[in-house]
Amino acid sequence: MRESIVLDIKDLKSHFFTAKGVAPAVDGVSIQVPAGKIIGVVGESGCGKSMTAMSVMGLLRYPGRVVGGTITLDGRDITHLSAKELSKVRGNEISMIFQEPMTSLNPVYPVGKQVREAILLHQKVSKAEAKERVVEIFRAVGIPEPEKRYYNYPHQLSGGLRQRVMIGMAMVCRPKVMIADEPTTALDVTIEAQILRLMKKLCEEQGTSIILITHNMGVVAEVCDYVYVMYAGKVMEQAETFELFDHTSHPYTRGLLNSIPRLDEKARRLHTIEGVVPNLLHLPEGCSFCTRCSEAKKRCFVERPDLYQVGEEHKVRCFQYEGEA
Amino acid sequence: MWSRVGKRIAISIPVLVGVVLAIFVMLRIVPGDPVTTMLGEHVNPAVIEKISREMGLDQPVTVQFFQYVFHALQGDFGTSYRLNRNVTGIILDAFPNTVKLSLLAAVVAWVIGIVAGIVAAVRQNRLLDRLFMGCALMGVSMPVFMTALVLQYVFAFKLKWFPVSGFDSVKAMILPAIALGWNSAGSIARMTRSNLVEVMQNDYIRTARAKGLREHGVIVGHALKNAMLPVVTMMVLQISSMLSGAVLTESVFGVPGIGRLAVNAIETRDMPLLQGTVVFTTILIIAGNLAADLLYNVLDPRIREGA
Ligand SMILES: Nc1ncnc2c1ncn2[C@@H]1O[C@H](COP(=O)(O)OP(=O)(O)OP(=O)(O)O)[C@@H](O)[C@H]1O
Ligand SMILES: [Mg+2]
Repeated sequence: MRESIVLDIKDLKSHFFTAKGVAPAVDGVSIQVPAGKIIGVVGESGCGKSMTAMSVMGLLRYPGRVVGGTITLDGRDITHLSAKELSKVRGNEISMIFQEPMTSLNPVYPVGKQVREAILLHQKVSKAEAKERVVEIFRAVGIPEPEKRYYNYPHQLSGGLRQRVMIGMAMVCRPKVMIADEPTTALDVTIEAQILRLMKKLCEEQGTSIILITHNMGVVAEVCDYVYVMYAGKVMEQAETFELFDHTSHPYTRGLLNSIPRLDEKARRLHTIEGVVPNLLHLPEGCSFCTRCSEAKKRCFVERPDLYQVGEEHKVRCFQYEGEA
Repeated sequence: MWSRVGKRIAISIPVLVGVVLAIFVMLRIVPGDPVTTMLGEHVNPAVIEKISREMGLDQPVTVQFFQYVFHALQGDFGTSYRLNRNVTGIILDAFPNTVKLSLLAAVVAWVIGIVAGIVAAVRQNRLLDRLFMGCALMGVSMPVFMTALVLQYVFAFKLKWFPVSGFDSVKAMILPAIALGWNSAGSIARMTRSNLVEVMQNDYIRTARAKGLREHGVIVGHALKNAMLPVVTMMVLQISSMLSGAVLTESVFGVPGIGRLAVNAIETRDMPLLQGTVVFTTILIIAGNLAADLLYNVLDPRIREGA
């Protein structure tokens, strides 16, 4: 790739060790994040988008664990950092916004203080100075009356405002990468557009790269430079956004695109492809999508396809494209 | 918030009146004439009648009640039959010992309970967790007087590490305080642990980790306050169970406090003294509950401006 890569995820594997067996929630995912770009990660519910993000942040909890692969942030391998070293990276060089704006803030502290804490943890500034910066970032993320809002508790803010606070918290230390896990899924459509525009603007101004997790292809088309399509813990297709929409290759991606909601109706979850997502504990022997694929051949049921290069920046995990480029 | 407090105090008044009325009526329907008990069976009936009149016992119960309340409001709870002393004075003499015992027990309960609860939550399902929760279960399942008797037998009679009874030295206070505090320590530890374990599942804990806090910072800074809110209320409420426990503990260890006073009053059918101790303890418990409520108000911002 031409640009410099700030975050390089290579062959990441995270498994959940449950009583019923090992669930490969993230199964060999590689994602490259170039500086200052927005990377979209899409896929149906349960395909492993959040767990990929959590693995990168080192936030997986028991029974989940990263079992393989490397994560390189700005040339530094952060896969095996100690708790102490990791805490210096988290919230500072890489930050995350979560799927649940209503519950992601601590109910017993004013929101301003919670953001200020992120600054005080990573930078040597006085409390007063840190507060100044919080007010500044609140203004930047479009929170009205930031000085007053600083002292508000989460329950006094709407979902949209809370998510802005979260974005402020994630951006306040000017991280190299910000992971936004469905930041707008819980919000209504007009707020969604505002928040997406805001993230794009901040990303351009501060040079922060964003991994935007979503299940909404419309959102992808609007803001992402590059897209990864995930299914059952694997990347099925990856391409630049225009390329993906112009030359959609994987049957699964086509299914997802057919289900783009109109702008005024908001899809909370995608369930428009025939069939159900397979149980991670009982994946098909061949291609994980074969049970739902209308184009599946005999081979698809017994052999696992690799990611095949089909264009300069375009890869597809489907036998149809084997040996193409 | 202050209107809430006002309301709470207003509700407490009928409770208090009810308790006074109940104890008053109960003591008067039990068989046996108090004056006879006081002076013995073989006293001239005329003398008994005279004394009854002096003590106002010949009046109708309602009149006696209002007289009692009227005097009580001025801090006069009557005169003890047995000790022939002002009840208020007797109670105020014994009170500091009960306070000392309860406070010591509370410190034992709170400090040990909270620390054990946190450690158990952090080391969930490991050895320390099992050990602490075992002790906690023992604490909550053993009646206070059992704990007191066992501790007294083992550490005072057998091992002779502590005096068997009395309350005049720090050493003498240790066993009663542990006996009285263990039960509360157990429930506080169990509640702290389960709340903390539950709170740690919350989304905002993940946020705290994501912003770069280390695990101890997450627990101390973000989990504890949320987990402790209900515990704080319980801790203050424990004061009332501690007062009732104090009655038994004081008897076992011979601590000259209100509890032992009440037991003595029952044994000697000393009506004014018994009434006095009951009313006094009721006021304490009501005040304790009010304090718990207030504290919760101050700590939880959602309630703070909600009401
Ligand atoms: N605690 C757990 N125990 C076992 N398996 C788990 C656990 N948490 C997640 N998983 C597995 O990880 C898979 C991926 O979950 P993940 O949350 O990453 O999905 P997602 O793509 O983010 O979906 P959504 O769009 O609903 O957020 C799930 O299918 C689930 O089977
Ligand atoms: Mg998710």
